[in-house]
Amino acid sequence: MDSKSTNDWLFEITPKNNFFSLNLREIWQYRDLLLLFVKRDIITVYKQTVLGPLWYLIQPLFTSITFTIIFNNVAGINTGTVPPFLFNLAGITVWNYFTSCLNGTSDTFKANANIFGKVYFPRIITPLSVVISNLIKFGIQFFIFLFFYVFYYFQGATLNLNGWIVLFPILILIMGVLGLGLGMLISSMVTKYRDFSNLVSFGIQLLMYLSAVMYPMELIKEKIPKFGWIVAYNPLAYIIETSRFMLLGVGSVSILGLLYTSIVTLAVFFVGLLIFNKTEKNFIDTV
Amino acid sequence: MEKDIILKATNISKQYRLGQVGTGTLSHDINRWWHKIRGKEDPYLKIGEVNDRSTKGTSDYVWALQDINFEVERGEVLGIIGKNGAGKSTLLKILSKVTAPTTGSIKSRGRIASLLEVGTGFNGEMTGRENIYLNGAILGMTKKEISSKLDEIIEFSGCERYIDTPVKRYSSGMTVRLAFAVAAFLEPEILVVDEVLAVGDAEFQKKAIGKMQDISRGEGRTVLFVSHNMAAVKSLCTKGLVLINGTVAMGGTVEKAVNYYLSQDSESMNRKVFSKEYDKKEFILHEISLNPIGKSSEEPLDEFQEIEINVLLTLKDDIKKLHLTLVLNNDFGEALFTFSHSNNDLRLSKGVNKIKCKFPKGFLNIGTYFLSLYMIENAKSSLFVEKDIMSFAIQEGERPLGSWMGKEPGFIKPNFDWSIEVN
Repeated sequence: MDSKSTNDWLFEITPKNNFFSLNLREIWQYRDLLLLFVKRDIITVYKQTVLGPLWYLIQPLFTSITFTIIFNNVAGINTGTVPPFLFNLAGITVWNYFTSCLNGTSDTFKANANIFGKVYFPRIITPLSVVISNLIKFGIQFFIFLFFYVFYYFQGATLNLNGWIVLFPILILIMGVLGLGLGMLISSMVTKYRDFSNLVSFGIQLLMYLSAVMYPMELIKEKIPKFGWIVAYNPLAYIIETSRFMLLGVGSVSILGLLYTSIVTLAVFFVGLLIFNKTEKNFIDTV
Repeated sequence: MEKDIILKATNISKQYRLGQVGTGTLSHDINRWWHKIRGKEDPYLKIGEVNDRSTKGTSDYVWALQDINFEVERGEVLGIIGKNGAGKSTLLKILSKVTAPTTGSIKSRGRIASLLEVGTGFNGEMTGRENIYLNGAILGMTKKEISSKLDEIIEFSGCERYIDTPVKRYSSGMTVRLAFAVAAFLEPEILVVDEVLAVGDAEFQKKAIGKMQDISRGEGRTVLFVSHNMAAVKSLCTKGLVLINGTVAMGGTVEKAVNYYLSQDSESMNRKVFSKEYDKKEFILHEISLNPIGKSSEEPLDEFQEIEINVLLTLKDDIKKLHLTLVLNNDFGEALFTFSHSNNDLRLSKGVNKIKCKFPKGFLNIGTYFLSLYMIENAKSSLFVEKDIMSFAIQEGERPLGSWMGKEPGFIKPNFDWSIEVN
C-alpha cells in the first residue's frame, strides 16, 4: 500500500448520508442538465399538438370564465370594483403555478424510476426543473392576464396597480419553493406507499377552495366566522390574496400573514429536502 | 510494488426485501423505526439469507450481495461474471450510485460513469441531436463538452441521416448506437459497462469493443465490464471477478476467473464415470471424458483448442470385429456426424481399452453437444446403444481484439485445404 491510498479519495459511497446536504456544488456541475430538462419539458408538451403552446392559455381562460359564471353570477360573490373575470384570472394564474409545481414534483421518484434506476445525477435536479419550466409556463399565462388587464383598463375599470408590485416576484418565488418543498415531501412518501398520490389528486382540489382563489379572504371571515380561521391558517391564501392586492389593488396585505407564510414555506422546504435526501439513496429498491 | 488503486470496495452488502409492499411492510417500517429511536439495531438486518434464486427461503429478506471486497487498479479492465441473479447488476448499481449499499463502503479516486443499458433518458419526442445533449448531460457532461464532441459522436453512431428526426422513429439498434456513441465520448476515469453487446449488429459490436479498448489501453482509463459473452470478457478484460449467489467466489486474472466460472457450470461436466450402469455381458463401460490436449477434463473446452475424447472400457472376451461408434448431436438432437475407430483399422482387444479420438484444432463451434455411443458387431448389428450418453459445451475462446464476438453459424469449422492463385 502506498501512502496515496489512505487519504486522497475523490468520493466515498456509503449507506447513509448527511440529512441536510443540499450539495450546491454538485447541482452547479449539473446546471446544463437542469436547463436541458427545462427545455425538454417545454418542448415535449406541445409536440404533435395542433394548438401547441396555446394550450397553456386555454386552461386558465376557460376556468376563469366558469368561475365567473358560477361564483360571481350565480353565487353572487362580490369582487368590488374589479371585474370578476379579471379577479378570477389573477387568482387562477397564481394558483396554477402552485398546483403545477406540486403535481409535477410530487411524482418525481415514481415517474423517473426508469432513469433514476440507471444513472446517477443529483436527484433534486428533476423537481427543480419542474419548478423552473412551470415558471416559464406561468410567465406565458401571466402575459395573457396582462392582456386582459390592459383590455379592462381601457374599458374604464378601476384598477389600482400599486407600489407593492415590485415584491410580486418574491411572492411567486415563495409559491414555487412551497410547491417544491411539498412536492419533494410527497414524492418521497409516494415511492413506498402509493396512497399519497391519491391524496394529492383530490387534496389539491379541496385546497383550492381553502386558498381564497375565487373569493376575497375577507368575505369568508365575514360569512362563516366559525371556519374562517382555516383559511387564515392556509399560507397559500395569503399569497393569493396578496398577489391580487399587488396586481388589482383589492383586498389587503397582512405583513404578519406573509411572515407566517414565509416561515411555513421554509419549514416545508427543509423537511421536504431532508426526506428527499433520505429517500433518494434507496428509493429504487422500494419504488 | 506500488499499486495505484483507483477503486476500493470494502464489505459491500445489499439487502432486499422480497414480496410486495403492503401493510406487512408498514408494520416492519414502524418496528424498524421503533428500534431506531431506542438506539437499537435494525431487527431485519440480521435475518437475511444467502440469495439463491431457485430455492424457497424462510425469510422475506435476502442478501443480494454479501461482504464484497475488491480493488481495481488504474487502467485495469475488470470483468464481472456470474449467472443471472448472482448480484452483478446490483453491484454495478451501487457503483454507479443508483442505490446505496446496506453496509460497507466504496472509495473512489475518479468519476464513475455508467453505461447501464444504454438509451435510458432518451426522450422519444426529441430529435437525435437534442437527445445527444440531454443524454450527455444526464451522464454528467457539460453542454460545452458535448458541443465540442458533437460531430465525432454523430459520426461514431452512424446515424447521421436521422440526427434531426425524433428518436421514437429510430430502430432499437439505432437508439443503442446513438446512446453508446454518447457514452463512449464521456471522459470519466472509471467507466461501468453492462451488456452493451447484447444488441447491435456485428459491425457495431466490433466498433464498441474497439472503443472500449481505446478507452482502457489507449487512454489508461479503468473499465468495469459485465457480460455473459465470455469471448468478449476474455479478450477485453485483464482481471476477472466471479460472483456466485452474492459473494465473491474468486478474483484473479481473467483466464482463471472465466475458467472457474465455466467449471461451476454443471452442464459442462466434461467427464462422466460410470460405476455399474454399463456392466454388460460383453464389456464394461467405465468412463467417457473430453479434454483439451495436454490439460485435464476439469478445464473448460473452447472453440480454438485441440480436443480429445477418451473412452475407457473393459472387454470381457475377444470379440472379433466389435467396434465403438460415436455420434455427435447438436442441442436440437440432430446428428451432425458419426465417427468410429474402425475407419482407421483399429481394434478392441480383451482387457482394458483406452480409446482416444482427437478432433483437429478448432474443429467444433461454440455450443452444447451430445454424444451417443454405439457398440457395433460385424459392422452391422448393434450390441449396445446409448443415446445422449453425455453432453459437453464448447465455450468462446479468446479472440483477436477488435474482432466480432458473436457465434458463427454452423456446428463444425473444419480446416480445409485452401489455395489461391493470383495471376
